[in-house]
Amino acid sequence: MPLLEIKNLRKSYRTPDGGSQTVLDVPTLSLEPSQQVALRGSSGTGKTTLLNCIAGILTPDNGSILLNDRDMAALNESERDQVRAENTGFIFQTFNLLQGYTCLENVLLGMNFGRGPDKDLAEKLLRRVGLEDRLRYRPSQLSVGQQQRVAVARALANQPKLVLADEPTGNLDPRNAQEVLKLIREICGENEAALLLVSHDQSVLDQFDDSLNLADLNRAVQREAA
Amino acid sequence: MTLWLIVRKSLRQHALSTVITSLSIALAAGLLMSIIAVKDQSMHAFTNVTGGFHAVMGSRGSKLSLVLFSVFHMDKAPGTLPWKDFEDIQENKRIKTAVPIVVGDNFKGFRIVGTTTDFFRVEYDEGRAHEIPSPGRLFNPNSQEAVIGSHAARRLGLGIGDKFQPYHGLDYNPAEKHDTDYVVVGILSPSNTPADQVIWIPLKGLQNMPGHDSAKNTDVSAILLEFTSLTLGAQFSDQVNKSTQTKTVAMIAPEVTSFFQRFEWLRIVLSVMAGLVALVAAGGILASLHNTMNERRREIAILRALGARRGTVFGAIILESTAIAAIGVLIGFLFYAGFMTTAAHYIAEMAGVVINPLQPHPVLAAAPLSIIALGALAGILPALKAYRTDVAENLIPQS
Repeated sequence: MPLLEIKNLRKSYRTPDGGSQTVLDVPTLSLEPSQQVALRGSSGTGKTTLLNCIAGILTPDNGSILLNDRDMAALNESERDQVRAENTGFIFQTFNLLQGYTCLENVLLGMNFGRGPDKDLAEKLLRRVGLEDRLRYRPSQLSVGQQQRVAVARALANQPKLVLADEPTGNLDPRNAQEVLKLIREICGENEAALLLVSHDQSVLDQFDDSLNLADLNRAVQREAA
Repeated sequence: MTLWLIVRKSLRQHALSTVITSLSIALAAGLLMSIIAVKDQSMHAFTNVTGGFHAVMGSRGSKLSLVLFSVFHMDKAPGTLPWKDFEDIQENKRIKTAVPIVVGDNFKGFRIVGTTTDFFRVEYDEGRAHEIPSPGRLFNPNSQEAVIGSHAARRLGLGIGDKFQPYHGLDYNPAEKHDTDYVVVGILSPSNTPADQVIWIPLKGLQNMPGHDSAKNTDVSAILLEFTSLTLGAQFSDQVNKSTQTKTVAMIAPEVTSFFQRFEWLRIVLSVMAGLVALVAAGGILASLHNTMNERRREIAILRALGARRGTVFGAIILESTAIAAIGVLIGFLFYAGFMTTAAHYIAEMAGVVINPLQPHPVLAAAPLSIIALGALAGILPALKAYRTDVAENLIPQS
């Protein structure tokens, strides 16, 4: 049974002139447990909207998003928050670490909303991403590569079944990008977490066996192009 | 635990505004508690330091002046009473004890009061009469001897065996020295009553002091009265006040209460001012939190993306505003202790009446709880803003 199964997903935004613009119209998309899939998505193809809908941050207008057998589209906000905290980890292009918190606290805070704080596990994850000597550092005291490593550790903190990565290497130099990407794939594999990574960087996409083009999946983009 | 971690971090990140807002809350809390506690404790203390007497009789005049000069040694006597009045009153069955006093001299600003040794036998508090530690003793009514209140002795540096010469008048004037020596024979144990502020000498000593009007050398300034019962005392007071034009009897405790009630408006004004300071401080909490909400939208969005519920971020902001108010209240207790200690010192210096700065008072619970509740209310608007934060929109950094 797929870990993630999307059917007839539609999402529209209201335009400034009062109209409506459909940005996402995905008839079907699925992901098996532990599968690692790269989604090619250039700007405007709805990749961030898709990830936000899967994570339950946005609610779709139509369709279903079955995540670990629960339909995110049918849950209320509080239930979506709970499912998100327990089942998904998010890695952002801009890291989105909390600046006033240490590396360890950033990871622990993520746990607080999910499986509960586990300092040993948080330290283990930070060691795994190579930051064992940076536990008490704040994000501003780290390089961008190190910051993204903290974000990777935080995404795995609740031992999620699905990790969503939105252009995770977009702000990194090529060397760091390769290292972080390798780390994300390894650590997801070790934790048996599925990975859905969106990127427009061909060098990133080339490393995945399973790669899809969001523009091909999203009928809204196709209509726009036509 | 999660909420507290978020609040603790935010308080630290906005340390300056936290400190300033907390200090304004502290000032409001300290003022509010002090104003109410000082007024109530002062009234309680003043009505309980009557020296054991229920009333005072003096020549016709203001009852308040009569009480202030005879009990608290703070005002001038409205006139004198002939010795016969004292003799007559001793026959009255409603009077348990009558003690005459004479004022008119001072020593370096401390009042000299002439009285009889009966004054020291009246219990100024339940089971407690004035005591003179050994080797001190009461003055001989026929000698030029003095017993000094503990506070006056300490301030004047007088001890047993020391001699001094009184000055004429209630206010100290070095040119008005009497050429009469008095020797200190006893120092009163501290009683926390106005008696501690006074130099006590025999009645005749003051009446016959060289330079005083010899035609009035048997008059007394007032007579302190202890009744056999308060009901009978009230009857006696009414009777004297209605039947004569030359004498006034003032009941001490009701007169003190009435005196404080005259200043009730001041207490209300000060309380309203302190309340306004609290409101402004609560407004400060609201403003400081509200102003930081823009910069905190991304942080809130990140928390939400990690799984925090809307209620969690709402609760975090409410807890933060409550925490700022609570910190303010805690510092407010320090302000309160400072205000009360200063007030207690000043009141003790001026009137010899001691109030306990640490005495429990309902306002010490009511004011902090009200201010903390006000702080929580002040957080509602910013908390609503946090509650409504759009997660998807704010996860992207705003440049």
